[in-house]
Amino acid sequence: MSDYVVDARDLTKVYQMGDVEVHALRGLSIKIKRGEVMSIMGPSGSGKSTLMNTLGCLDRPTSGDYLLDGESVAELDDDQLADIRNRKVGFIFQTFNLLPRATAMANVELPMRYAGVTEGRSQRAQAALETVGLGDRVHHRPNELSGGQQQRVAIARALINNPAIVMADEPTGNLDTKSGDEIMKLLLGLNEEQGVTLIIVTHDPEIAARTNRIVTIRDGRVED
Amino acid sequence: MYWNSIITALESLTANKLRSALTILGIVIGVGAVIAMLAIGSGAQNTITGSIEGIGTNLLFVVSGGSEDVRNPKPLTLDDAEALTDSFQAPSVLGVAPTLQGNAEVSAQGEIHITQLNGVTTEYEFVRNATLYEGEFINEAHLLGRSAVVLLGWDVAEELFGRTDGVTGQRVRIEGQPFTVIGVLAQKGGTGFTNEDDRVLVPLTTAQARLLRRSTPNRVDMILVQAVSADDVAAATEEVSAILRARHRTAIGEDDFTVFNQQDFVDTAQQITGVFTIFLGGIAAISLLVGGIGIMNIMLVSVIERTREIGLRKALGARKSDILVQFLAESSLLSLTGGILGIVLGWLIATIVGIIAANANADINPVIGLDAVLLATLFSTAVGLFFGLYPANRAASLEPVEALRYE
Ligand SMILES: Nc1ncnc2c1ncn2[C@@H]1O[C@H](COP(=O)(O)OP(=O)(O)O)[C@@H](O)[C@H]1O
Ligand SMILES: [Mg+2]
Repeated sequence: MSDYVVDARDLTKVYQMGDVEVHALRGLSIKIKRGEVMSIMGPSGSGKSTLMNTLGCLDRPTSGDYLLDGESVAELDDDQLADIRNRKVGFIFQTFNLLPRATAMANVELPMRYAGVTEGRSQRAQAALETVGLGDRVHHRPNELSGGQQQRVAIARALINNPAIVMADEPTGNLDTKSGDEIMKLLLGLNEEQGVTLIIVTHDPEIAARTNRIVTIRDGRVED
Repeated sequence: MYWNSIITALESLTANKLRSALTILGIVIGVGAVIAMLAIGSGAQNTITGSIEGIGTNLLFVVSGGSEDVRNPKPLTLDDAEALTDSFQAPSVLGVAPTLQGNAEVSAQGEIHITQLNGVTTEYEFVRNATLYEGEFINEAHLLGRSAVVLLGWDVAEELFGRTDGVTGQRVRIEGQPFTVIGVLAQKGGTGFTNEDDRVLVPLTTAQARLLRRSTPNRVDMILVQAVSADDVAAATEEVSAILRARHRTAIGEDDFTVFNQQDFVDTAQQITGVFTIFLGGIAAISLLVGGIGIMNIMLVSVIERTREIGLRKALGARKSDILVQFLAESSLLSLTGGILGIVLGWLIATIVGIIAANANADINPVIGLDAVLLATLFSTAVGLFFGLYPANRAASLEPVEALRYE
């Protein structure tokens, strides 16, 4: 198997807005090694989220080649992409995106449901919640948890199917400095202890400085 | 996976209890109306069929007049009736009872009652299986003498005298003429179709001479013919027709008389009540349709409200089919619950209508068949699936990125 979890070449993404074409990615290439923590920086509107969505197989590039965990994803259909997202990618969003009516446990179990796991789901969810320090909050609903705690649930959910890569798009953007810091510590710790490959989009240079590599994006291209 | 979908569907339906309840109510009313209408319709059908079958399976009814093409049909006469008793030409005929029929005002002790008047012969007792509560039947002497005697139906006796015992020997007036009561007919019970207890019988000759005068002498309105057995009804019909054709000289053209049997009446009645039932059921089905549209409406709202949730589920690995099944599970759960409650409601309505009908002396026993229940369950689930399909498909087709960006 390839050393690279992500191997993307010449990605372009064009959004059609009526008559106007918006070039969000303009021939962007990027490689990420297994076990690496990479931060992506760049001004707002530079294409960071578009890149994350493409690398996470949420969206297809307009052109370009992309190998995720050694597998070419360009030709896959919608259902195959859904499986890739389920097994190989863990998403962490700025807005947490938990199901509001479901408990922490049920939220963490969700990817296992779609993976067809039937046995031992709650034990695994319990263990994952303990890893992120929420062993005593498993039956709480999102509105009974603080922002930092909600993001921890999201991290447990992202890790539950042992993905090849975890993608965090401004994970601390909606948090105060203190809980943002704790979330970053948690993510970096997971990388050190469990070797989780991580991409983090951030505006904070201090956070970026704590990662192995910083990639800056400007106008849909990687800045040298 | 399907079990998961049902759990998920239950979770989201219970999260919005009032909305789910109102949506279900639409289906409950629709299914309830269908079930009640079908039950009442088939109850009425059974009642009518039963009351016709009560007449007897081996009876034929001969009346004057054929199809509309036949002009000036010859009336049936006592001689026609006499001819039908010929056991060589009509071996399948056991008995023949000519009758005159009309309405008459019967009064006694200041009470006035309008009722059906039948002029009958002695054979009537045997052919129609008439039983007496008290007194005795019209005999040959009454017929020969055109006697002013009358047999009262149960309800008529009740109406005029307030009792049915010891009425024999009393005097009544029919159309102002004095008659002597010679007996009371046994109670047949209300059948809802024709009230066999609300009528009086007088000798045919008396009716001819004094009460129901007809332009042609000897004319009768109907000839009742009893076949030897139910199996001989067809043969008896043929024999009766052959004799009457010969007598009326209609061998070449159309018959100027018509022979019905009890099965003909049952068939016609079932046809009419069948149309009636389908009509009622159809109207009720429209309300089920409206309920279905209610489901579609709520599901569409729910898909829009949960756009982000759908995007998230897709981001976490839900396939198109997972989303489709989740929303279809919701809509069919709504309609299935509505269907089951609707069956209960329909049963309640039908029972109440049955009780009201019984109190009004029209015996309709609403019948809820297993087929109606299965049909309603299937139909309501199908409504849920059908009207859920479009919203569910819309949800399943959402692009994950677009859905996640939705505010
Ligand atoms: N769905 C979309 N339709 C049209 N334009 C879009 C869409 N998503 C992003 N864009 C445009 O693409 C560019 C990059 O956006 P994005 O990747 O969200 O930037 P960032 O995350 O770096 O702020 C922006 O100009 C944005 O307006
Ligand atoms: Mg962004």
